[in-house]
Amino acid sequence: MNLEAGEANVLTTTYDKIFNWARRSAIWPMQFGLACCAIEMMAVLDPRHDMSRFGAEVFRATPRQSDLMIVAGTVTEKMAPIVRRLWDQMPDPKWALAMGACATCGGPYRTYAVTQGVDRVIPVDVYVPGCPPRPEALLWGLLHLQRKIDRMTIAKPKMASAAAEARS
Amino acid sequence: MSDEPVPEKPVKKHEPEDPNKPVWEKDPVAPGWQDGAEDPLAVALKEELGDAIESARSFAGDLTFLVRRDAIARVCAVLKEKHAFTYLVDLCGADYPKREPRFDVVYQLHRFSDQRRIRLRVMTGEATPVPTVCGVWRAANWPEREIWDMFGVRFEGHPDMTRILLWEGFNGFPLRKDFPVEGIDTGSAIYPEYYGEGAGPVAGSGTGWKPPKPPQEPS
Amino acid sequence: MTQPLGLPYDDHDGLFAESEEMELNFGPQHPATHGVLRLKLKVNGERIVDSYPIIGYLHRGTEKLFELHPFFQNVPHTDRMDYVAAATNNQAYVGAVEKLVGLVVPPRARYIRMMLAELQRISSHLLWLATHAIDIGAMTPFFYTFREREILLDLFEEYCGARLTLNCMRPGGLPHDLPVGWTERCAKLMADLPGKLDEYEELLTNNRIWKKRTVGIGVLPPEIAIDYGVTGPMLRGSGVRWDLRKALPYDGYDEVEFEVPTGQNGDTYDRYVVRMIEMRQSVRIVNQCLEKLPDGPIMAKRPRVLKAAKDAEIYHGIEGPKGEIGFYIVGDGTPNPYRCHVRPPSFINLQSLPELCKGALIADLVALIGTTDIVLGEVDR
Repeated sequence: MNLEAGEANVLTTTYDKIFNWARRSAIWPMQFGLACCAIEMMAVLDPRHDMSRFGAEVFRATPRQSDLMIVAGTVTEKMAPIVRRLWDQMPDPKWALAMGACATCGGPYRTYAVTQGVDRVIPVDVYVPGCPPRPEALLWGLLHLQRKIDRMTIAKPKMASAAAEARS
Repeated sequence: MSDEPVPEKPVKKHEPEDPNKPVWEKDPVAPGWQDGAEDPLAVALKEELGDAIESARSFAGDLTFLVRRDAIARVCAVLKEKHAFTYLVDLCGADYPKREPRFDVVYQLHRFSDQRRIRLRVMTGEATPVPTVCGVWRAANWPEREIWDMFGVRFEGHPDMTRILLWEGFNGFPLRKDFPVEGIDTGSAIYPEYYGEGAGPVAGSGTGWKPPKPPQEPS
Repeated sequence: MTQPLGLPYDDHDGLFAESEEMELNFGPQHPATHGVLRLKLKVNGERIVDSYPIIGYLHRGTEKLFELHPFFQNVPHTDRMDYVAAATNNQAYVGAVEKLVGLVVPPRARYIRMMLAELQRISSHLLWLATHAIDIGAMTPFFYTFREREILLDLFEEYCGARLTLNCMRPGGLPHDLPVGWTERCAKLMADLPGKLDEYEELLTNNRIWKKRTVGIGVLPPEIAIDYGVTGPMLRGSGVRWDLRKALPYDGYDEVEFEVPTGQNGDTYDRYVVRMIEMRQSVRIVNQCLEKLPDGPIMAKRPRVLKAAKDAEIYHGIEGPKGEIGFYIVGDGTPNPYRCHVRPPSFINLQSLPELCKGALIADLVALIGTTDIVLGEVDR
């Protein structure tokens, strides 16, 4: 078992399976509703589109206890530094989901006061289009994020270490 | 294939409007401006305030007074105390760059006794502040700050003349007609530690998007 | 540096007998601020001495965008201001454009617009109840009210395709007629709704904890309310029986019967009761509209490109769920408005918040923000 080379082996894959399963099944979002998409985010919690089926019903008020920042709504230039500060306050591992057209790319607002997409400020993992996206679309985004979490691994892939050797 | 004459298009006969048709099936008739000087309220105000009221006219039933800029606080106080216009519905501004003075400040007032609404207009320029009406109606506080924020019209005597909707350090007054909708500078104004003076992305220079032209009416 | 307390309140706060004034920042990211509202509070222990709201975290430049598009293209922009009650925003805007241009709406369209507006009022008040109750600590009404709201939003989705940002009205009338079976489904919901409203009242109205949190909190005297320009349930909770639907009727409201509820003390509990009764009155209006719905066209005859006359200006206000929402539009002979200003009820109502929360506890502040029923999209535009 050659752990130094960083290949995936039975130890790392078992570790990955357990930790990824734990991480994806209990994602705790942060309440970050900014505008109209916040209402559809609230609608995901209602009895019809139950989000607690996916383990993500516990919306934390503080970034320090949350894993996922659902940026729901327009990010204005006045709000952008605060979004960044909240993102920095979140502990790892953390993910960001840009919900709606405004968070993805500025939406219908190409104006002097709107940041054209929250990915100018924080790194986004999943984009959910719509204006506002239906609650089912947000659930799709959450499941997409869960599939992305499933691909996380602690093993470094072989090619990256070979490239690092070639460079040195 | 053969040289047949092209059949003539049927000529649309212009039918006279059927007077019995309901109003919504006829072409809309735009309301026009009427002179409002005979209105009893206008007459009473002219007596009490003299030349502070420069003109009175009405559009679609809304009586509009043009008020001299430095007398607006006095006019509003009289309207509130004597004529019971206790509810300031709205305070907004407008920019007419081709006209001198450039800005318009518009007040909509309402009276509860007979549900009457009137409008006051004040014309002002960049350098001439308008007396505040915060002392008359407390409702005027934030709308006046918003007019300062969006147009750059100062209000004399306002307790807190600062920007309300935009952030400190924003350069420009957005609702003026010469301010582009995409903004001017989004770099150093917001993130001064990161961008130097005058550096940073300039909004509007990216995709070259321009707002669409309004549709032309088919002639 | 300790300061002796000169504030007149009871001994329950004896714990904080001598303390310093502290400046506390509330928001803009806060679960109870209903969006991105920031309040700078000066607190003395748990008591608020002064507060200073800082808004603008959702300012998107809507009024500038209005000037770039023709009249009918601005209707979706109006949805996104008070995003909880999009149909009433639409109604205010198209009403203003119709007055500006001289369009008269056919009767069937007037009744359907009235129905949509009242359904939207019910939906907005249901959401208000959910968030207000959650802020105060009661989580159950959220799940109950959203259950009804989903059925309401289904009705809207059938009619115009969208749940939240409806775009359901046009200058001159409506874009489409009602789908087949819509009136039956609407009648069924209206028959079920009073029973569900009774359920919510059972949870809250006579609840000792609810009463302790809301009775006597945030008393707004009527003269001060009028001076602040406050409208809507906040004004009616203070005892002023004024509703634009009765005072300056529009869109057929003078042909239906309904009552305008008022409160007596002007506190949070009265505003809660006023909104609950308003929901029942809205059910009554919708039932009357369903009975009386006339046949006919749904759109007035209008030119293909709607232009306003040069130098025309109009102000038109309607009674939205939060207060008077109005549009001041200036035309200039082109298809676009020259200036389109929104009179947002939440912006004007929020001005009274610093006065309401003087001397209140921080927990009461949360109840007060809920009772002012603000929507930041409207405050900031």
